[in-house]
Amino acid sequence: MWLLYLPLVIPALAGMAARPLAARLEPRHATWLLTTAAVALAACSLAALALLAAYAAARAPLLAAVGDYSQEVMRRGDPIPAAAGAAAALALTGAAVAVTVMFRTRARALAESYRRAAGLQAEDGIVVVPGPAIEAYALPGGPGRIVVSGRLLDCLDGRRRAALIAHEQAHLASRHHLFTTVARLAAARSVDYTVERWADEHAAAVTSDRRLVAETIGQVALLAPPRPRRTAGMVLGITGAITPRVSLAWAGPVPRRVAALLTAPPRRQTILLAACAVIVLMAGVAALLAARDLHALLELAQGSR
Amino acid sequence: MIIQASFWFPVRTGAERRAAGALEAEILAILREADGPLSPGEVRQQLGPRLAPGQQADGQQADGRQAGAQRGELSYSTVVTIVTRLHAKGLLARQRAGRGFTYTAVDDASLAASRMRQALGSEHDHDAVLSRFVSGLSGRDARLLRQLLAGDTGAPDGDPGHAGEQG
Repeated sequence: MWLLYLPLVIPALAGMAARPLAARLEPRHATWLLTTAAVALAACSLAALALLAAYAAARAPLLAAVGDYSQEVMRRGDPIPAAAGAAAALALTGAAVAVTVMFRTRARALAESYRRAAGLQAEDGIVVVPGPAIEAYALPGGPGRIVVSGRLLDCLDGRRRAALIAHEQAHLASRHHLFTTVARLAAARSVDYTVERWADEHAAAVTSDRRLVAETIGQVALLAPPRPRRTAGMVLGITGAITPRVSLAWAGPVPRRVAALLTAPPRRQTILLAACAVIVLMAGVAALLAARDLHALLELAQGSR
Repeated sequence: MIIQASFWFPVRTGAERRAAGALEAEILAILREADGPLSPGEVRQQLGPRLAPGQQADGQQADGRQAGAQRGELSYSTVVTIVTRLHAKGLLARQRAGRGFTYTAVDDASLAASRMRQALGSEHDHDAVLSRFVSGLSGRDARLLRQLLAGDTGAPDGDPGHAGEQG
């Protein structure tokens, strides 16, 4: 009955593979792959949990009477420990609650964003806000808006402004908020990174200067106030200061984006994409086969009634 | 200015407060119509003829600090206090000019945007909806970034301690 557990194991492995994949694949492909894979794997694992819970529920005498099947056959053919079934039911409930809450929060935030974007008068979709903040962001809407603080614009020369605007325009034009929302609902966070890379590559294509985009990101990031870190961050900061060379492996998104722009543009990696698709398909097939097994067992139990 | 405001406002009566509200609107209107930044003195000059006879005793041209002080109301410091308050509310932008400031009205779009930022900034999930150009850096990421940008090859290289001295 390992078929039932496979759709649960693959997402766990995929979670570990997401970051290296996000670094290696062309950002547009990475975004599509990670988003669709996250949704497919989430669906498969939910189906597997539902099946596990169904096996456990099928042992209940009440259900046996209602469904008119032999409890005896069910129990003999049932490969799932009752505890696993109960745990699956709990996990399923938890997942349903989490997804509902997340969906409501995100939908509300997006609706708010659309409402506010519609209320902003903007020239060419760009709104310059006064004040001391160093910030720039894309506000999803129909049409979306790019919000930049005047102080940040003052710090950048014309070419860097163009790079920044091109980056934010890519977010709006390619509707990156939909990717991140869908991926987040399926519990995949790496899409947040790949859409940034996607927009970076777009900006690099528009300005035809990868280094310029890298420098713009670096300049803005160093201007912006540092992020307050947890104590773990402090520890890492200390080790970072001691070692002469800091590795990219555990770095935050900004240094990784800059490093990616300072190297050659990413190439299409068909084999890697195909391999990922096959693994996701495996999870789907396993879930389907497991469902068929349950169905066959129920028919057997009904027949021997 | 701040000392003045905290000293002055608590002792005002209700009627005075209403008058101050009208004055704020009047000053805001002047700055919106103005071609460029105005100093509080210039605002006060333009304020004189605009005020309705009922609000300002004589409606005469008020010119400079002395006249205001003689009339005993709408002194230069009152105008300064009000523009400072408007600035604190985010309705006016100010630029340093010599020893004081000049003020410009913040346009509606920018105002709406900055209010929106305040509203959006308060809620956690909005961070995910807004695609920020860059997220905040940790100290380690900042060091790494300087290394990356200092090196020509793109590989993290060079002396981080030295690179950290820049910027």
